[in-house]
Amino acid sequence: MPSITYVHTDGSREVLDVPVGTSVMRGAVLNSVDGIVAECGGEMMCATCHVDVDEAYVDRMPAQSDDEKAMLEFTASERKPNSRLSCQLVVTPEMDGLVVYLPESQV
Amino acid sequence: MAEPVVAVIGAGQAGFQAASSLRQEGFGGRVVLIGDEPVLPYQRPPLSKSYLAGQCGLDEVWLRPENFYEKQNIELLTGETVTAIDRRGRAVRLASGTAIECDHIVLATGARCRALPVAGAELDGVLPLRTLADADLLRERLAAAREVVVVGAGFIGLEFASVAIAAGCAVRIVEVTHQPMGRVVSAEISRYFTERHRAWGAEILLGTGVVRVRGDGNRATAVETSDGRIFPADLVLVCIGVIPNVELARDAGLAADNGIVVDETLHTAAPEITAIGDCANFPTRFAAGRVRLESVQNGVDQAREVAAHIAGKRVGVYDKVPWFWSDQRDLKLQIAGITTGHDRAVLRGDSDSGSFSVFCFKGERLLGVESVNRPADHILARRLLALADPGLSPAQAADASYDLRAHLTPRR
Repeated sequence: MPSITYVHTDGSREVLDVPVGTSVMRGAVLNSVDGIVAECGGEMMCATCHVDVDEAYVDRMPAQSDDEKAMLEFTASERKPNSRLSCQLVVTPEMDGLVVYLPESQV
Repeated sequence: MAEPVVAVIGAGQAGFQAASSLRQEGFGGRVVLIGDEPVLPYQRPPLSKSYLAGQCGLDEVWLRPENFYEKQNIELLTGETVTAIDRRGRAVRLASGTAIECDHIVLATGARCRALPVAGAELDGVLPLRTLADADLLRERLAAAREVVVVGAGFIGLEFASVAIAAGCAVRIVEVTHQPMGRVVSAEISRYFTERHRAWGAEILLGTGVVRVRGDGNRATAVETSDGRIFPADLVLVCIGVIPNVELARDAGLAADNGIVVDETLHTAAPEITAIGDCANFPTRFAAGRVRLESVQNGVDQAREVAAHIAGKRVGVYDKVPWFWSDQRDLKLQIAGITTGHDRAVLRGDSDSGSFSVFCFKGERLLGVESVNRPADHILARRLLALADPGLSPAQAADASYDLRAHLTPRR
């Protein structure tokens, strides 16, 4: 199972095994990771599952849809070039080792 | 002094959020979350969409896993019914016989489906859709159904209809008004969705009521409509709106009028009792008077507001822009604001392309925006509506070359 590391703003890390086909958001929710709110449940309505993808993994992420691009304008914390909605990052074997940074705030 | 206790009555999305936000806001007392369903708190939106269609499992429906509640020190009582609020004793009484003494009560009691008031409504095969148990039964029956009648063309009815058509059923939608989703969207959006559902293969009967459900033994077999026609049905979904659960509040002497009446800070007349989500009737600047809204956004944002208040972090007026969504086949409908009462509807984009928005105005003032497969407009509308005065004119909204961002001040 691919290993995903969620880095909190205080630098602490949670390393989780997330099944292929599950989103990075759902992986966090199922393990009660603080800092991912996901209030709409992955419908791209809320932008509360914002993460910043570690530069080393940006190229391995799926392309952004127009919905995701629009929603990223609504993040509570600063949007960066590597910002993504984690509900749209469906885990693949190539993502093993992925590191994502949680933002200051999701709401 | 004993530690403060908050009892959250109702473990739907609003109740769940109130309990978890209390912890996020640093509330250190006891948090008791009481739900009458025998399962973990879950999300309702997928029940009429991906879960119903079998595209996602239970793992994606739970709001959080079981260990979350322990980790957050939230006492979750499932399958437990609150029978009364004892205001003098500052306690809530449970059906199991115990009482919980508490300093604050958050009413997140939600709503229940309105029953179809006709003969035959009790027959097997006539089903509602609100709870996870409803969805499980409906999913099972849908797999075997061939002819489906949907009573009520609101969000739930139309979402269900699009799933049922995709499952290969013949679908008829019976709507007593002339405007599907008419309570929440403009005539333009209503007409567009009606046409799309017809193109997908549903038969839609407008201005038509149901007078009887016919059966063979205890099993539903047909629906008789107000114009005297009879439509065969082995599955009838009744989705004609909900009734807010106000009984606990009313029995405790609190006002109820289309929901539990609260002020602009979401408090009832009792300072220790708040009401949030589907059950709450509140004043808002986004409508002409009081409203009661049924949406994830409303439940979640109101929960955050009362949690912050109880935790002593903030005392303010609840003032979040309402938003809603619905998924019907390949159409994503997103609504920002409350468009009820608009007198001008301005189209932006081209409805033939399947990607457009309807900007709804009252006079020169923007009330809300309804977008179909046009998420950028929706997001922008949410930001515009948050301003004291959006300042966008109907002419500007209609001009596709006009940059709507001109109305936004820098965010931070």
